[in-house]
Amino acid sequence: MSTVERDEGTQTPDRFEDPGLPQHTPRRGDLDPKQNKKSERIVLALFALSSLGTVGFLVAYFALPTGGDATTIFRSNVSLGLGLAFALLGIGAAAIHWSKAIMNNHERVEARHPMASPPEVREAAVKNLTDGTEDSRISRRGLLKTALVGSVALFPLTILVPLVGEVGEDWNVGALKHTMWRKGLKLTVDPSGRPIKASDLQVGSVVHVIPEGLDEAEHPLDEKAKAVVLLVRLNPDDIRSEQGDGWSYEGIIAFSKICTHVGCPVALYEQQTHHLLCPCHQSTFDVADGARVVFGPARRPLPQLPIAVDDEGYLVAQDDFDQPIGASFWERLR
Amino acid sequence: MSAHTTTTPTAKAAGATADWLDSRTGVGYAVKGLARKLFPEHWSFMLGEIALYSFITLLISGVFLTLFFVPSMNEIHYEGPWEALAGAQMSEAYASTLRLSFEVRGGLLMRQVHHWAALVFMAAIVTHMMRVFFTGAFRKPREVNWIIGFVLLTLGLAAGFSGYSLPDDVLSGNGLRIAEGITRAVPILGSYAAYFIFGGEFPGQDLIPRLYMVHILLVPGLILALVGLHLAFVFLHKHTQFPGSGRSNSNVVGYPFFPIYVAKAGGFFFIVFGVISLMAATMQINPIWNYGPYDPSPVSAGAQPDWYMLFLEGALRLMPGQAEIVIGGFTIPLNVIVPGMILPVLLLGSLAIWPFLEAYVTGDRREHHVLDRPRNVPFRTAFGVSLLTAFLVLVLAGSNDLLATHFNLSINDITWAFRVLVLVAPAIAFWVTRRLCLSLQRKDRELVLHGHESARIVRFASGEYVEVHTPLDEHERWIRVQHEPLRPAVIEPAEDARGVRRTGYRKDRFRQRLSQVFFEERVEPVTPSEYAAAQAHRLHAEIEPDDEPAQISAGSVHQD
Repeated sequence: MSTVERDEGTQTPDRFEDPGLPQHTPRRGDLDPKQNKKSERIVLALFALSSLGTVGFLVAYFALPTGGDATTIFRSNVSLGLGLAFALLGIGAAAIHWSKAIMNNHERVEARHPMASPPEVREAAVKNLTDGTEDSRISRRGLLKTALVGSVALFPLTILVPLVGEVGEDWNVGALKHTMWRKGLKLTVDPSGRPIKASDLQVGSVVHVIPEGLDEAEHPLDEKAKAVVLLVRLNPDDIRSEQGDGWSYEGIIAFSKICTHVGCPVALYEQQTHHLLCPCHQSTFDVADGARVVFGPARRPLPQLPIAVDDEGYLVAQDDFDQPIGASFWERLR
Repeated sequence: MSAHTTTTPTAKAAGATADWLDSRTGVGYAVKGLARKLFPEHWSFMLGEIALYSFITLLISGVFLTLFFVPSMNEIHYEGPWEALAGAQMSEAYASTLRLSFEVRGGLLMRQVHHWAALVFMAAIVTHMMRVFFTGAFRKPREVNWIIGFVLLTLGLAAGFSGYSLPDDVLSGNGLRIAEGITRAVPILGSYAAYFIFGGEFPGQDLIPRLYMVHILLVPGLILALVGLHLAFVFLHKHTQFPGSGRSNSNVVGYPFFPIYVAKAGGFFFIVFGVISLMAATMQINPIWNYGPYDPSPVSAGAQPDWYMLFLEGALRLMPGQAEIVIGGFTIPLNVIVPGMILPVLLLGSLAIWPFLEAYVTGDRREHHVLDRPRNVPFRTAFGVSLLTAFLVLVLAGSNDLLATHFNLSINDITWAFRVLVLVAPAIAFWVTRRLCLSLQRKDRELVLHGHESARIVRFASGEYVEVHTPLDEHERWIRVQHEPLRPAVIEPAEDARGVRRTGYRKDRFRQRLSQVFFEERVEPVTPSEYAAAQAHRLHAEIEPDDEPAQISAGSVHQD
C-alpha cells in the first residue's frame, strides 16, 4: 500500500550505525541503602505536608468568615487558596519524588508495529463490506437508494426550521436602522435621566446622554445600546463642518456614542483637539469636523443627532439619526 | 486475573474484585495490553499533560461555579453586602457572580482557580502544539491527531470567550458588543447572523443563557470527547521519541505506564492543580466588582481581553478604516472582515493543513516515530517561528494603548509601527531562523568531524601551537548524524525515451519546485566516509602540522 516515493538511490549509502542504548547509570539510592531510606522519608514528609494543607484549608473555612468588605474576602481567599495549594502540591511532589527516587528506573524497549492492518486483514475487511452490500440488495434498487438519501436529508428540517424560525426572535433586522430618538424627545443625562438645558453647558463640557423615557421602553438596554449620545459644547467658531445644516445649537453638538467600527462606546474626549477616541480600537473622530475619522480602523464618521432647544430651553432631538448607528452591515445603506 | 495465590486479606479482596470485574468486562485484556505500555521521557512531553490537567481543574472548579451562578439577564437591584454597588441595577448573572465572590465561602477562590486554569489551559495547548510542530510529531501516522488537537485549540478559544462573557460585567459586555460588530460585518447575512446569536438586537435577553449552554455543555462536551480520542490515539500510535542511541523508528524506549507514569503523571496533575490554586490564592483575576454591571454606555480605557484573544484584538486595531467599501449600495466592511475573519482563518488554517502540505512536498509516505531536532528541518522551523512572530506582533498590537500609556509613546506611531511590523517581522524572523538552523547544523558537523575543544594546547617541535580536540563519544555523535538529509524531490523526466511528453509532468514539476523552496539550501549530516577522512586528517595534522589545509569543511552547503 505505502508507495515509498523517495527511491533508495537518493539515500546516503553509508550511514552511521546506531550505537545502541547507553549503559544504565544507577542512582545513589540504588547503591546506598541510607540514601534510599532518606528518599522514603522525604516522600512521607511531603504527604504529611499535603494533609496539613487540607487541615489548614478546613480551619480557614470555618474560622474566617467573609463580610462585605474587601479585607475579610481577600483574607479568606488567600488562606483557603494556600491550604488548597499545599494539599495538592504535597501529593504531587510526593508521588513524583517516589517515582524518581524509589521506583525502578530501568528504561525498557518495546517494538513498534506498522499502523496499517496486514493485507489479509484488509482483504477480509473489504470482503465483509462487499458481502454486506450484497446482503442488503441495495445495488439493484436505485429508487430505494434515492428514497433513503432523500428522507435522511429531509428530516433535519424538522429541527432546523423551528430553530431558525425562533432563534432570532422576530428577525426584524430593520430595527438596526432606527433608534428611539424622534422629534421633540428631550436629551437627558445618563444615567439620572435629568433633562439638559442649553444654558447649563459650559464650552468644553461633555455630557453622556440618553433619550427621555428610556426606562419606560420595552427593552431599555437594547434601546440604550443604540441611542446613547455624546453631547459636547464647542466654541461655535471652532466648528468646521457638520453633517447637516442647523443640526447643532450654539456650538452644542451631539454624536452617536457607538463606534462605527465594531460598536464600542466612544468615550474618551480630548478637549484641546476636539478628538473623540474609542478606547477599544483607537478609532479617532474629530468632533469639530463632523466627527470625521482622523485615525484608526473605523471608516465612517459617528452619525450626528440633529438637536434644537424647546420653549423651556431644554435640548431636544430634531429627529432620529439620518443613518444607522454603530458597526457596518451589508444592507445599512439600503 | 483470579489465578494469583493471594496471602494478605487486602490482596485477597483485590483479587476477588478483579475477578468480579474481569468476568463481566474482560478488562484483563486492557490491563494486560496497557498497564506496562512504555512511554518515552522528555520534559516537553509534559506540555500536553498540563493542558489535560488544567482542563480537569476547569471541570472541577466549573461544576462548583454552576451550582451558584444564575445565567439570566433579568434586571434586578443589588442587595448584597458589597456596598459600592448597593441598589445598583444589574442582571442576575452579574449579581450571582458577586454572590459567588463575596458570600459563598471559597467561591472567589473557585472563580479565580477557574479563570487562571483557563489561561493556563490555552497557554499549554499553544506550547504543546509548538512542541509537536517544531519536532515534526504531526507526521504520518499522527496527522489525524494533529487535526483533533487543532480542533481542540479552536474549541478552547470558544470555551474561553463564552466563559469570560458570562458574568455580564462592563468589560465582557463590551467584548460581546465587539463580537456582535464583527458578526454584522459578514457579507449578506451579517445582521441575520447577529440576530441568530443574540436572539434579536444587542444585547437582548437571550445571550447569557445561550452562552451558558455553550460554555457548560456544548463546548466542554466536545472537548471531553476529543480529548478522549486524542489520548486514545496516543496509546494507539505509541508516543514519539526524541532521537538518541538505541531509539529507532521501530521501537519505543521508555518507562512503563504502571507504575512510573501513574505516579509521575498522576502526581503532575496535583502539581498543575496546586500551582493554579497558588495563583488563585495570591493573584487577583477578573475583579468584576470593580468593573460594574454591563451597561451599553460606559467603557473602561486600557481594557484587554484574555491573552488568547489578544491577537484578534490587535488585528482589529491595526487594519486601516479605508478598507471599508460600498459596492452597489451594499456595505462590505473589509476593515473588519480582513482582521476578524480572513486573518484568523489564514493563521490557524495554515497550521491545520501543514502536515498535509509537508507530506505533499516531501512525497514521504513512511511512518515517523523519531522526532526531528528543529534545526534539522530549517524551512519548517522558520515557518513556525514566523507564524509565532506574526502572532506576537498582533498580541502586542492588541495592547498598543497600554504600550502608549506605559512608555509615553504616541498611540498613532505605535499603531503605524505595528502595521509595518506585522508584514515585515515574520519575513525577517523566517530568514533569521533559517540561517540559525543552518548554522546550528554546521556546528553539529563541526563537532562530529573535529570533536570538542579540549582547552589543551600543544606545541610542536616546529614551534606551532595547536589545540587538541577530543572526539565525541558514539552517543553524542549519533544524535548529530542520525537524521536523514532532506533533499528536493527527484522526478521523472518530462519526456520518455521516445520523446513523448508524459502526463502528470507539470504536477510533478510543481511539486519539485516547491520542494526546492523547502530543501534547496541545506546542510547534510556527516557520513562515515567524511568522518573517516576528517579523522585521518586530524591524526595527520597532529603529527605533522605543516600539512595542507583541511579537506573536509564543516559548513559544506549543498546547492544543487
